[in-house]
Amino acid sequence: MDRQLPLRIAVLAKQVPDPETPPSQFKIDESTNSVVPPSGVPPVVNGFDLNAVEAALLLKDAGIDVEISVLSVGTDFALDALKKTLAMGADRLVLVDETGLDKIDAAATVKVLTALIERDGPFDLVLGGRQASDWDQAHVVLGVAESLGIPLVTLVQKLEIEGESLKIQRVIPDGYQEVTCPIPAVLTVTNELGEARYPNLRGIMQASRKQPDTYSLADLELTESDLESKVKLERLYIPESNKQVELIDGEDEAEAGRNLALRLREEKLI
Amino acid sequence: MTSVLIFIEADETGAASQASLQAITAASEVSPSNVTAVTAGSVSGSESLPVDTVIGLPGVETSDDGIFDSLTSDISELIQSNSPDLVLFPKSDQGAVVSARVAFRLGAAFAADCIDISGSAGAISVTRPVYGGSALADFSIASTPAIVSLRAGAFEPSPSEGGTPATDQATSSGEGLRGASVLNAIAESREGVRLEDAPAVVSGGRGLGGPEPFAVLEDLANSLDGAVGASRAACDAGWIDHSHQVGLTGKSVSPDVYIAVGISGASQHMAGCSSSRAIVAINKDGDSNIFKEARFGVVGDWEKVLPAFIEQVKALKG
Repeated sequence: MDRQLPLRIAVLAKQVPDPETPPSQFKIDESTNSVVPPSGVPPVVNGFDLNAVEAALLLKDAGIDVEISVLSVGTDFALDALKKTLAMGADRLVLVDETGLDKIDAAATVKVLTALIERDGPFDLVLGGRQASDWDQAHVVLGVAESLGIPLVTLVQKLEIEGESLKIQRVIPDGYQEVTCPIPAVLTVTNELGEARYPNLRGIMQASRKQPDTYSLADLELTESDLESKVKLERLYIPESNKQVELIDGEDEAEAGRNLALRLREEKLI
Repeated sequence: MTSVLIFIEADETGAASQASLQAITAASEVSPSNVTAVTAGSVSGSESLPVDTVIGLPGVETSDDGIFDSLTSDISELIQSNSPDLVLFPKSDQGAVVSARVAFRLGAAFAADCIDISGSAGAISVTRPVYGGSALADFSIASTPAIVSLRAGAFEPSPSEGGTPATDQATSSGEGLRGASVLNAIAESREGVRLEDAPAVVSGGRGLGGPEPFAVLEDLANSLDGAVGASRAACDAGWIDHSHQVGLTGKSVSPDVYIAVGISGASQHMAGCSSSRAIVAINKDGDSNIFKEARFGVVGDWEKVLPAFIEQVKALKG
């Protein structure tokens, strides 16, 4: 069956500190329980969320009429980072940018995203990355599926559309499952899908001219009391490492290799 | 007394999984009694688990169950009828999905992937690694029920027997199906020892420079009765299948010895191997992070170090 209208896809994306920041530059301000932004390292879009954008673009490449909206909730966005999704080929950027939204917990984030999806929707597909590289949480997208009350498939490594249903490969510990799922649905996408494409010059030019659509919390009929955290951050800190490496040496690298084997045997490790 | 509900799942032998037994240990750190285990499907030996009560849930294995749809409904109902203060899940494929879905369905406080837990009803404290393992965060949860999933390997497993729990049987409503269907599962070919169970893991990273050197790692792994792992960079480059990936988004391993070759030791990789008994690093960059985490190391070119190392290992193994 051919669809009459474009398939509307929402990709949930999050701005995070660059996870490639060298460990030596990773610093925490314990008085505010937050990460000190490393100087000269701009924030990026969470890598798994870019995999989700890629999944949506692959549907477009397959000739399906899709409209891709990237939705994000936060405070003081670095637009250059999020515009990468437009430069890759997404159609719209939709933001809720208000003070304090960078401090809310996952449950409150789910409330804002659900309200945004309902207000800016309806969407046929909601995609997100399998987890975020800052708080390493993997459940905001799952929470959105619960709030919307629609099917959820996690860890998607391949996504195709056949008629009115989705044909999915879902990663499991020792292989994958083949899953079918009706539309609308919520999916989390994993890096096994393949690397997100690099924007080309034309994409970058087009993205630079686009402005995001924005909603306030008031537009979404949410107030601060809706966003109270159930899980309270008490302390954020860098764990102390008391490990001291024992470097094994030798006349040359080959001897170092042999000495390493002897040392491991001495410790009964091999 | 803090009441705890633990989600117990079977491993491939049908007995309670190691991760489930670790959850029993975590529960005992919060509550000396009033611990209830919920088994999904049949779990052999569940009648002697060291807990106070075991509730059996019939396993649902129909294809239209979606991604744990009915289990999510059944556990949600069980929590509503039993009103536990704390619910613990092992963070397995199933536990990760069901814990999150149940928490959001019930509007309950949720903390995932925790490595430490303490406190009592209404004042639970948990610790979880964040920023790919670069930092730790302590959280407090004041509301009940608190729903918590636990990182594999963070707790010692409890004994699998020795208890005399009361037993009860729950029924599955068969409701909550959302329409997704699992048609079949395709196992990716795997030879030798399971990565998660291997006593030795030999992992390669970006520093190997291509797919061919993994044959050398496999030779070493074979002589140690171990398995081959890889960093995400090596998997994403297509040098080796993703099923070998060790790290935050791959597998968690805790072998006696973890040999990292050409791996820089990014936090997200270390998250998957830091509970190894000893980490051994071979890397030509002496400043790389892996040497901060390793117990033994050789700073050198793996192409020169590794053949001699393997030869010596084989001689020792005789």
